[in-house]
Formats: sequence, C-alpha cells, structure tokens
Amino acid sequence: MTDQTPVLRLEGIVKTFPGVRALDDVSLTVLPGEVHALMGENGAGKSTLMKVLGGIYQPDEGQIIVGERPAVMTSPLEAKAKGIVFIHQELSLAEELSVAENIYLGELPRKRFGLVDWETLYTRTNAILEKLKVRFDARTRVGDLSIANQQMVEIARALTVDAKAVIFDEPTASLTDAEKVVLFDVIADLQSQGVGIIYISHRMEEIFRITDRISVLRDGTYRGTLNTRETDEEAITQLMIGRKLDLSRNASHHELGDVALEVRGLSCGRLYQDVSFEVRRGEVVGFYGLVGAGRTEIAETLFGLRDPSSGTILLDGEEVQIDSPHDAIQRGISLVPEDRKGQGLVLGMNCRDNMTLPQVDDLKAGPFVAEGSEIAIFDQYRDRLDIRTPGWKQLVGNLSGGNQQKIVIGKWLSMHPNVLIVDEPTRGIDVGSKSEIHNLIRELATQGYAVIVISSEMPEVLHVSDRIVAMYSGRIMRTFTSDEVTEDNLIQAISGISGDNRDKVA
Amino acid sequence: MAGLTKEQIGGFLARQGILVAFVVFMIGFTLANARFLDPDNIMGVVRSSAILGVMALGVTFVVISGNLDLSVGSMMSFSTIVVLDLHDKIGPTLAIPAMFAMTLCLGAFIGFLVGYLKLNSLIVTLGMLSAIHGLTLTYSGGKNMDIADKEGTWFKVFGQGDALGIPVPILLFVLLAVVLGALLSKTPFGRKVYAVGGNGTAATFSGIRRARVVFTCYLMSALCVATAGLIQASRSLGSQNTVGQGLELEVLAAVILGGASLMGGSGTIFKTVIGVLILGFIQNGLLLVGLQFYVQFVVTWVIIILAVWLDIAAKRGKLWSPIA
Repeated sequence: MTDQTPVLRLEGIVKTFPGVRALDDVSLTVLPGEVHALMGENGAGKSTLMKVLGGIYQPDEGQIIVGERPAVMTSPLEAKAKGIVFIHQELSLAEELSVAENIYLGELPRKRFGLVDWETLYTRTNAILEKLKVRFDARTRVGDLSIANQQMVEIARALTVDAKAVIFDEPTASLTDAEKVVLFDVIADLQSQGVGIIYISHRMEEIFRITDRISVLRDGTYRGTLNTRETDEEAITQLMIGRKLDLSRNASHHELGDVALEVRGLSCGRLYQDVSFEVRRGEVVGFYGLVGAGRTEIAETLFGLRDPSSGTILLDGEEVQIDSPHDAIQRGISLVPEDRKGQGLVLGMNCRDNMTLPQVDDLKAGPFVAEGSEIAIFDQYRDRLDIRTPGWKQLVGNLSGGNQQKIVIGKWLSMHPNVLIVDEPTRGIDVGSKSEIHNLIRELATQGYAVIVISSEMPEVLHVSDRIVAMYSGRIMRTFTSDEVTEDNLIQAISGISGDNRDKVA
Repeated sequence: MAGLTKEQIGGFLARQGILVAFVVFMIGFTLANARFLDPDNIMGVVRSSAILGVMALGVTFVVISGNLDLSVGSMMSFSTIVVLDLHDKIGPTLAIPAMFAMTLCLGAFIGFLVGYLKLNSLIVTLGMLSAIHGLTLTYSGGKNMDIADKEGTWFKVFGQGDALGIPVPILLFVLLAVVLGALLSKTPFGRKVYAVGGNGTAATFSGIRRARVVFTCYLMSALCVATAGLIQASRSLGSQNTVGQGLELEVLAAVILGGASLMGGSGTIFKTVIGVLILGFIQNGLLLVGLQFYVQFVVTWVIIILAVWLDIAAKRGKLWSPIA
C-alpha cells in the first residue's frame, strides 16, 4: 500500500489561536482506497484539522497536498471542487426540498430557458440512491426522512462529485445498527473505487471493524499512526489519553435502599405503551434500545415534558402528577438531557450561570442573586467533577464537549435530586471524559441516588447499570440483572427477537 | 496603515464599527458646528432622548428574551392621550394610576399572546401597533387631546420640572435605568430573561417557566411605555393621537445599537443607554449641521441597517462572508 501516491497529504500543519496552539506540526497521509481513522479526545484538534482541510481555517504553517499538487483551500466549496468531500455530523439539508434537489443543490440540471430538467434530476438521483440501497426515492421531502436517512442524503451528495477523499465526522452518532451496516457498505464501495476515507469517531468497535490505519492526536500534536490490524483498543486509548479505560462489567453489590421511583403501566400514545419499572435508591437502572424505542420519551414524561395517556408514576410510594419540568424539579427529579447543546445548556452564558440556573430563585441575598453562593456551588462541582475551564466567567460554548457535559451534570447534582435521569450521558464525548462520567454515575449510586441511565452504547449500559431494561418499539421486552445479562440476550431483546415479553425480575 | 492587512482592518471595523462610526460623526459635527459640544446642547440632547430612552429600557427586556416589541410607539400615543383625557375628568392623582393600569393591560395582553400562546412576537406586536392606534383614535374620537388649565396643574412636573437642578425626565430615565439595570443584571428574574432568550429549550429543561418570563418582559415594556407617555403628556400638556408614531423603530435602533442581539440572549441596560445617546447625538448633530428634520427618518433607518450589519459582522469577525 505504501508505494501508492497518497490521495491527500497534510504536512506539518500549524494553527494557532490567541493563547492556544490548536495544531502543532500535524501530518496525515491518506492513501487511495484506505479508511483512515482520526482519533483523539475532544479538544485534541481533530475538528481544527478538518477545518483547515476544508478551507474554513487557513494554516499558519504547513501545506495540503491533493494528489501530487499542493493546494490552498480558501472555502469548503473549493475543497469540494478539488475532490475533498465532508460528511458532517450535523446535517446541512434543506428540509422543505426533495431529496433530489438537496443532492444537486446549486447544480440542478437545466433545460431550455433555464428551467429545471426534473426528469434527468430524478433519474440521476435514483441511480445514486440505488447504490446506497435506501428505501426512499428522489422525490421524497427531506424533512419527512429519519435522521439516519437524512445522513444517507448527505452521503449521496458526496457521491455526485468525483471524490478523492471523503471525510466522515461521527457518521454513526444517530444511526441504528442496521443503518450502520448500510453505511459501512457504502464506505467499502468508495474504498474499492480508490477513494481515500478519513473516518472520525469515538466508537472503538467501528474503528476496528472498518478502518485500515489509525492516526491519533492529543492536545494538538500528532501522536502516531498505527495499523489497525496490529493494534488494540488499549494501545489506542493510551495514545489518546495516556492511560487505560475501564469498561469492565459493573460488579458492585452495595445495599439498595427504598424504591424512589415506580412507574406502573405508563403509556404515551404511540410513543410507548404499558411501561412498568422501579428504581431504588442506590441503584442504576440502564435503559437500552434502538433509537426510537421510546426511552427518551419515558424520561421526558417523568420530567413533565409529556403528558402520559395512561398509567401512574409514584415517587417514594406516593402517586404524583408531573405537569412541567418546574414541577418535576420541585419533586426532586433531574434530567440530564440527550441534546447537550440544544436542551442542556445556554451556550452564550457563562459556566456558573448555567450551573445554577435551575436553582437561581433559591440563591438570593435580598432581591438579588447571591453570586457568592453561586460561585461556591460552581467551585464545588468544578472540583468534584474536574471541570477544566479557566474560570466561571468562561462561556460554556467555548468548552469542550466533555466539560460541557460535566457542567450539565453539575447543574443537576447541585440540586440534590431524589431521582437522576441521564440520557445519553457520553454522546460525542471523548474517551477520557467518558470514563470519568461512568465512574461518577457509579459513585452517585453508592451515595444513594436513584439513577436512570439511557444509552445506545452497550458497553456503557453494561458498565454502569445494576439492572438493564431492554426496550423495543415502545415496549419493555425484558429486565435483566447485571448477573444474567449477556451481550447476546440483550441484543435479542432490543431487536424484538426475544419472545419473552415479561419482566423477569421485578 | 502600513503593516495592517485589509483583513485586519475589516475585522476591527466589524468589532468596533459602531464606536468608530460614532466618533467620526461626533468629530464631524463638532467641526461643522461648534455649538455641538456646548453643555446646554448636550443637556438638551439627553433631555429629548429621555422619552425614547425610557421606552428602550423596557424593549431591552423583550429583545433579550428573544422577542420583538413593535407596539411601543402606538402604545405610547395611547398612554399620552388617555392620561391627558383623564386629567381633566378625574384629576391627575387618579389619572396617572388609571393610565398605568390600562397600559399594563395592553402589555399583559401581548405577553399572553407571545408568552403563553407562543405566537410570533413580530406578528403580534406589528398587529398591536395598528390595533392600539385604532383603540387610541376610537377613545379620542380622532381629536387632539388638551388639558384645560395648562398653567395651574402640577401634572407638568414630570415633563417640565426640575429637581436638584436636573430636569425630571432625565431623573426618571436615570432612575428607571438603575432599577431596571439592577433587575436585569442582579436578580433571578434577569438571569432567567437571558436564559430564555439564549436558549429557550434549555431554559425550559432547567425548570424555568418560559411563558411567565416572556409575559413579565412585556409587562416591563408596558411599564416603561406608560412612564414615557406620562413624560410626553406632561411635557406638552396636549397631544395628537400620533405622538408616538414611528418611535418603535427608533427604540429598536437604540437597543440594537447598544449591542443587544435580535436573536436574544445578549444586551444590557447600560448598553441600551449608550445606544440611546448615540442615536440622540447623531440626530441632534444632523440638525445642527443644517439637515432638514425629515432627513432624520432616513438616517435612523440607515443606522438600524448599519447596526444590524455590524452585529452579524462582529459575530463572524468579517464584514462580509458567503456563509452566515
């Protein structure tokens, strides 16, 4: 492989921002037909490097070589014209337009008088969609597609140009397992055509499944490139964070307390039906299932964001009706939501104000907010959660994903909740912060919190939970204790294969 | 300018453009007319800015909460007409609280529509601009409203009086600015206003009752409008039905000039006060330079556009960019 001309080379890239050396002499070589993983913790410089490649930032030093020629990228359009195509984690599609219009946006085929040649457009689009083996056609409105299918549209867009290198940035973040398989097929297809792939992901299983080589960044510096076949998870983690990640099965067996939360026969329209479970103090209950299985919706109901159509919720044995998040908080329920930036934080606000937001009414000195108490709370949770920020005045939007998530967690811990619900606590977070958050969740349980963890990552659920509730299509398929669960029976349960539709363990 | 790239100059202009423009205007006006920096003139500008300024304080709350209020101009006409009418009917002591109550009702209605029913604030307040205008005309029968005994009433103190050698309108402006500034920057309510405007969903997820916060912001706006109406009525002791017409845009211009983002979540009372003064000095300067009064309307528009442009330019650090 090494004697081939690389499709893309980044050489000695240096990029500094005021006060930060975001990239320090980083090099990366992508060969034709290889899948090259780019890994590193959040803040390691992956995004900055990709922005340099995409022409959004200009490097201070170093050069980009596409094929054999040095290239200066001044804009994403220019990068695309040179065959460098980005598939972004956050989608950039016009929801009101059809799939075909989105794919050929800006270069729609024309007839006379500048009218759009719809027939050609749809034929061409359907040809591409066929390759992707998707189940929608060129005329579908993008807004009607699931997130996963929208991602397919984004990929289809990349296939319209003569791509030399395609960059996938966390492409599987919102995909189901079945959709991932299709994505990996597409990647293999691109590979066989000699396209170089840069694959950015935090998910080890994927990295080992599809990549050929792995390059690692840490703190803006290049740490090395490994052949995937000759390395393992531990070695990469060590390169990334300089220590090991513990993802062993949860084995703690401390005393459980009373039932803090009990749910009986709860239903919410078509979202989920007849859901019953309980959470004891000192217990972590994991909710595992595919996207759309109804887990987040249950959390939202418990937090007063949705009205259940039937069923009861009991807190400390007492039946309650939860009308609003405000109500839920008053009753001691906290929710660390799934969408950190959209639901968890006010990005333009500073760290301290974000953290104390739910209790700002209670932190008063006379008519004013008691800023001293606020700072005390912030300091306490910054130390406890090891939040890395220059100070409380820092805007949350400037922090890395892991630190942002810790602010959200700190915000809810400082409320001393009876029931803590965390929805996808480590989505898009680097390995180091991930293990810290896992440890924290375990620690909270030993301190007597009743914790619900919703996650789409099996190792995470296995690692933190005392019991695991497996959901499929709005129903609880089975509840496992940490002793009886295996990866196999868990996967069967969430795929709807398991015939056993009962709670085996109450 | 040797050593500075075009990009650097563009970036500087994008970030500090409003101040640069202001300084250039001030120097220009001073050179054109020496009277511009005269203490009497400066006092005059502040005094005539007071009504606009008081209204801008309230609108600042609304804008930070992520909404708009285009109804303040016609609402101010309403307050002015009502208090002048009631002055002769039930006496100033009762007329003033009655007018405040009526204006607050209007604010509460808007707050209900935007906050609780979650209707688009642009549509609601644009509609209210027209509806309140109609309400005022219906109330007055279309006639100008005048106080019978213009010499004898103590009511004129709010617009014409002095206290401690300072005109009362300025005192009211300063007082309100201090109180509302503290409310916005120091209290839990103020914090919630920023949170709701910065990210309404996250605010809801933090247990903040968003509708209530938005509702209260419109009440603040109405309270300020009522105060402005009081000053206006007291200053002129007689008024047309259209006295506040067009002020909504000037108020918005002042708030945006001060640096509040139309997207919500940012801005301060202090910055709004600066915005009010910039607008006041530029309008005064144009008059002193000898431009016709009516040119002001065009200039105000130009200033709004400039401010909005610089607002987005400051965010991306460039004067122009192909992506937003």
